[in-house]
Amino acid sequence: MNHLPLIIKREYLTKIKNKSFIIMTFVSPLIMVALIAVVAYLSQLNNDKERHISVLDETGIMADVFVDTEHTKYNVLTNTSLETAKELVKAKEEYGLLHIQNALDDQDMITAVKFYSDESPSLSIMSSLEQKIEKKLTDSKLQNNGVDIEKIKASKTNITIAQETFTGEKTSKIDSYLKLAFGGAAGYLLFMFIIIYGNMIMRSVIEEKTSRIIEIIISSVKPIQLMLGKIIGTSLAGITQFAIWVILGSILIFVLSTIFGVNIAEMQTPQQEMLDQAMQNPEIANEVQGAIQSFFNLPLANLVVAFMFFFIGGYLLYSSLYAAVGAAVDNETDTQQFMLPIIMPLVLAVYVGIFTVIEDPHGTVSTVFSFIPFTSPVVMLMRIPFGVPIWQQVLSFVILATTFVLTVWFAAKIYRVGILMYGKKPSYKELYKWIKY
Amino acid sequence: MNNLLVADSVSKNFGTFRALNDVSISVPKGSIFGLLGPNGAGKTTLIRIINQITMPDTGFVQLDGEPLKPEHIQNIGYLPEERGLYKSMKVGEQALYLAQLKGLTKPEAKKRLKYWFDKLEIGDWWNKKIQELSKGQAQKIQFIVTVLHQPKLLIFDEPFSGFDPINANLIKDEILQLRDEGATVIFSTHRMESVEELCDHIALIHKSNKVLDGKLTDIKRQYRTNTFEVGLQTDAVDTVTQAIKEQFEVLPATFKNLNDDVKLNIKLNGQGNSNDLLKFLMSKAEVHHFVEVIPSANDIFIQTVKNN
Repeated sequence: MNHLPLIIKREYLTKIKNKSFIIMTFVSPLIMVALIAVVAYLSQLNNDKERHISVLDETGIMADVFVDTEHTKYNVLTNTSLETAKELVKAKEEYGLLHIQNALDDQDMITAVKFYSDESPSLSIMSSLEQKIEKKLTDSKLQNNGVDIEKIKASKTNITIAQETFTGEKTSKIDSYLKLAFGGAAGYLLFMFIIIYGNMIMRSVIEEKTSRIIEIIISSVKPIQLMLGKIIGTSLAGITQFAIWVILGSILIFVLSTIFGVNIAEMQTPQQEMLDQAMQNPEIANEVQGAIQSFFNLPLANLVVAFMFFFIGGYLLYSSLYAAVGAAVDNETDTQQFMLPIIMPLVLAVYVGIFTVIEDPHGTVSTVFSFIPFTSPVVMLMRIPFGVPIWQQVLSFVILATTFVLTVWFAAKIYRVGILMYGKKPSYKELYKWIKY
Repeated sequence: MNNLLVADSVSKNFGTFRALNDVSISVPKGSIFGLLGPNGAGKTTLIRIINQITMPDTGFVQLDGEPLKPEHIQNIGYLPEERGLYKSMKVGEQALYLAQLKGLTKPEAKKRLKYWFDKLEIGDWWNKKIQELSKGQAQKIQFIVTVLHQPKLLIFDEPFSGFDPINANLIKDEILQLRDEGATVIFSTHRMESVEELCDHIALIHKSNKVLDGKLTDIKRQYRTNTFEVGLQTDAVDTVTQAIKEQFEVLPATFKNLNDDVKLNIKLNGQGNSNDLLKFLMSKAEVHHFVEVIPSANDIFIQTVKNN
């Protein structure tokens, strides 16, 4: 008698109908969007502030360096003493006073520039001021030494090495970044999914033990069916929740950006400004085009299929481990000692992915880890954008699937024995004994 | 084959602990079989083996002449001692789910549930959650779920715990009716008075071994002591008592009476039968009360456990 569909249905419906699940599903996107809005609003608030900086330039050559920008206004003072300048800045409640002494010997300039202010000034302002002065001084030094600045500018060269595989596929550095971004995103998503919904499965297994219904269920169905049903049912609930999040999130962002469209356009962080400037630069625009190009160069079909298989496989594998932990303990507080060994391989996989796959996607370490079932979902997903032979992908997935079946069997075994052992805190030694029963 | 369930030389070890040692029982069709024993004797282990929750290390179990196989779970209804239901699930949904797990189709399960809910007058609980019910109320649901698929074999582990006397009686009557309709019942309990009331056969398990087994009446006959409870009315209490004590072994007796002056338990050690005793007593005083002391299940239980 196959009860699997029945169990899956019950697990799914109970999860979906659960009040806290419903609340979390619909409130989380709101919280997320609200959070983003608040952050954006705050950064806008900060940027709106105008800063006034007075510059007391005794050299007389710096005046043209300080050009007003949107948020920073310069006020160049001449013919005043430092003391009066200080008084003046204080009286006008300006951001600060930059004092450039007239040091004939340029070596002294290093200590000849000082910034006076009430509070310590922001790092970005300091470095921008330093840059301005440095550039001016370098230029004037070069000029003093008889170097033509125009010539230097003219001889500056930019090099981008064009990459091409022997089969004629064009690649670029951006390609690698993109591949990395894809692998990273997939790995991170899997990580989040496992932690959120793995816990859910564990709790639902523990619930059956604490409510003592387990003995009734287990006298009707095989433990392995129950396990599989729980894992699949909860996963479906998780996917439902995730899909709702994505849809709700996009709707909310869309609605917000239509209503406050103008505002969001103005919420430009400095990075965005830089990006805008960069876009005007033809070289960088070229590279962006190259990136779009290289996105389509990725083995997309392979990626999508592999993503589905490895994501589902990896998720199922880890959730069966969570289920086993749930079966071994009586309540959630006892689960701590078993959590670490579950999280460890996952963290390891992410580290290997980030530090090794980038360096050498087809090196020994990367290859080995992309076959070990507990790390393969993450590592293999990170490797695939760099091109992995299909046989390797298939082999790795077969190993993963086999391990999943084994862990479910193992979890079911623990489950069967675990129900007979109320109130006994399980140690690893105990667990080993249970498997042998 | 007149036995519905036969367990033959079943043994089970948990690590070094031997939970069952070579236990055999035969449960006749249509009987109520009392599975008795002190706490931790191994009753639950045996029940779990019958339910295929655990496997025996050695020995085998047959249901209706066939070795146990997974399909048999549909023929067994099990009410465990440690009982529980999904707390946040609605009564109706939950009952339907559990019935379907036992192999009933949804419409069939619905029909039968309606019958039982009406019978036990709990129709309005359908949409309540289990956590809104009292313990006894949840027990009722559990009972229904156990018997709903009309199994050949019903296993009740302490079915009356948590019930008030009225509901306990209700459930008792239902069990008897199920028996009359052809079900066989294995009944595990510590309440000897319900064993007395319900069981035809009993088996007693003590320290992993079966120490007693058979028809309750046979066992009682085996444990009978030829003792008679006697109440006499006389003016000369002391002389009568003395006369009896000279002839027979006498033990003190306590029973409710209106005006019996002499109350004794008299044990016959081969001095004739009960008629002879009665004749003797009639010659001494007016007999108001004369009854054989039948060993209660409680006495048998305590005596057997102590002797082993």
